[in-house]
Amino acid sequence: MSDLGISSLKGQALPKPPLHKRFFDSVIISITIYIIIVGLIAYGAYTGAQGMGYNWQWYRVPQFLYRNTEVGFEWGEIPIGLVATIKLSVISFLLATAIGLLVALLRLSGLVIGTAVAVGYLELIRNIPLLVLLYLFYYVLGPIFGLDRYTASILTLAVFHSALISEIFRAGINAIPSGQWEAAKSIGMSTPQAYRYIILPQSVRFMLPPMTGEVVHLIKSSAIVSVIAVAELTTFGRNIISDTYMSFEIWFTIALVYLVVTLILSIGVSHLEKKYAVDQ
Amino acid sequence: MTNPAPMIEVTQLDKFYGTFHALKNINLHVDQGEKVVICGPSGSGKSTLIRCFNGLEWHNSGRLVIDGIEVYEGAKDIRELRQEVGMVFQQFNLFPHLTVLENLMIGPMKVRKISKAQAEETARKYLDRVHIPEQADKYPAQLSGGQQQRVAIARSLCMETRIMLFDEPTSALDPEMINEVLDVMVELAGTGMTMVVVTHEMGFARKVADTMVFMEAGQIVEISPPEQFFTNPSSERCRLFLDQILEH
Repeated sequence: MSDLGISSLKGQALPKPPLHKRFFDSVIISITIYIIIVGLIAYGAYTGAQGMGYNWQWYRVPQFLYRNTEVGFEWGEIPIGLVATIKLSVISFLLATAIGLLVALLRLSGLVIGTAVAVGYLELIRNIPLLVLLYLFYYVLGPIFGLDRYTASILTLAVFHSALISEIFRAGINAIPSGQWEAAKSIGMSTPQAYRYIILPQSVRFMLPPMTGEVVHLIKSSAIVSVIAVAELTTFGRNIISDTYMSFEIWFTIALVYLVVTLILSIGVSHLEKKYAVDQ
Repeated sequence: MTNPAPMIEVTQLDKFYGTFHALKNINLHVDQGEKVVICGPSGSGKSTLIRCFNGLEWHNSGRLVIDGIEVYEGAKDIRELRQEVGMVFQQFNLFPHLTVLENLMIGPMKVRKISKAQAEETARKYLDRVHIPEQADKYPAQLSGGQQQRVAIARSLCMETRIMLFDEPTSALDPEMINEVLDVMVELAGTGMTMVVVTHEMGFARKVADTMVFMEAGQIVEISPPEQFFTNPSSERCRLFLDQILEH
């Protein structure tokens, strides 16, 4: 072994993974298993519904998406509800981001009182269930401050998600090396200037993935405001069902609409992430 | 040169990290246009000392006056001071999300509030000065270490500072890039800039230093002109240190 066995290793193929691993890793098998599982679930739901004698009326669903009447085309309740949900989510998200940034900056301020206030707020909000928070805003703070149900809903969603968003901000800000702070300060920047021009722009790429998750979360949790009858997608779904008794069809449709919206969002943001990755 | 007001005046300065005595009774005097090179073993407090000079660290007792501004924690005019005192870091610390030109312009525009056109003119002037005008539109990550450090020097120069601090500016560089940075620093020394340089590049020190400072264990052990420092240092520790780093 004068050559230390190196030449005998040269060009030799690596051992193949075991047969069962290759079998389950192949694309065709993966897709087949996936289809079988989804098919079984769908079949279970269908036979279950048949078993309880459910009368499927899918043909009545399109009228809630759009209608062609004498006066012309008009949108149905579901798209109108979706727009309301998106509007509610966007306003809540913007407010939640503003509060979240404020709380994160307070926590990072280095002031004992700032940190105490921020941590107190976080623990309070994170440990109250969303539904209870909604009742607090609508039934307790509502009468005191004269909040209508729409404002109460927005405040509930904004406050609830601001706690999680502030943690995303904090992690994103902490991910920036301290040298960036020192460089910013050494050219005479104030702390707000350093945040605005140096730290936060660099934090964006750390914050995008969890922030997307948070938006998806917010859109989904916005459904809870249907319990105080704020006009949005879930509320409209409940209204349609109380008129038509088509709970299976309508809830499937509503779920699909939420799914489509959040999927589009996730795909859009993953493109944005790639763009940021290239710019670095 | 008679100069009644020194650029840097350090009197009986002490600094602690918790119970660790990082700087002990530091006294130092730097005139306008003077070049001071600080050397010493790692952990001797060299970096801590010059980081005190622009308020990145705060001393606990003693007096520190830079260009007529009293430096202490909570000083109102600390941002004015930082605009007068440039700092070049070991790790460059360029802003990775900005182009080279934007790195140079952001300080003058946002801190000094000068116009974009004027900031760009200044930025291009100093980019010429550090010999990389062609890299203006690149991002820091696209440059070599030596080029990044030269951009960092230009970034400080763009603030039209009166004092430049260098914290081991060549320690993070590959050997073949050290000279391009030192050359720029030698040229800068020729312009009359007041410079305080923490470095182990003794060739550079011989070339530009007016005063050599040797630190160990948080204390200034020796302050002397380079000719005396390199040939006949008064302290034994300094002699040992020089023997170690000049051996090769």
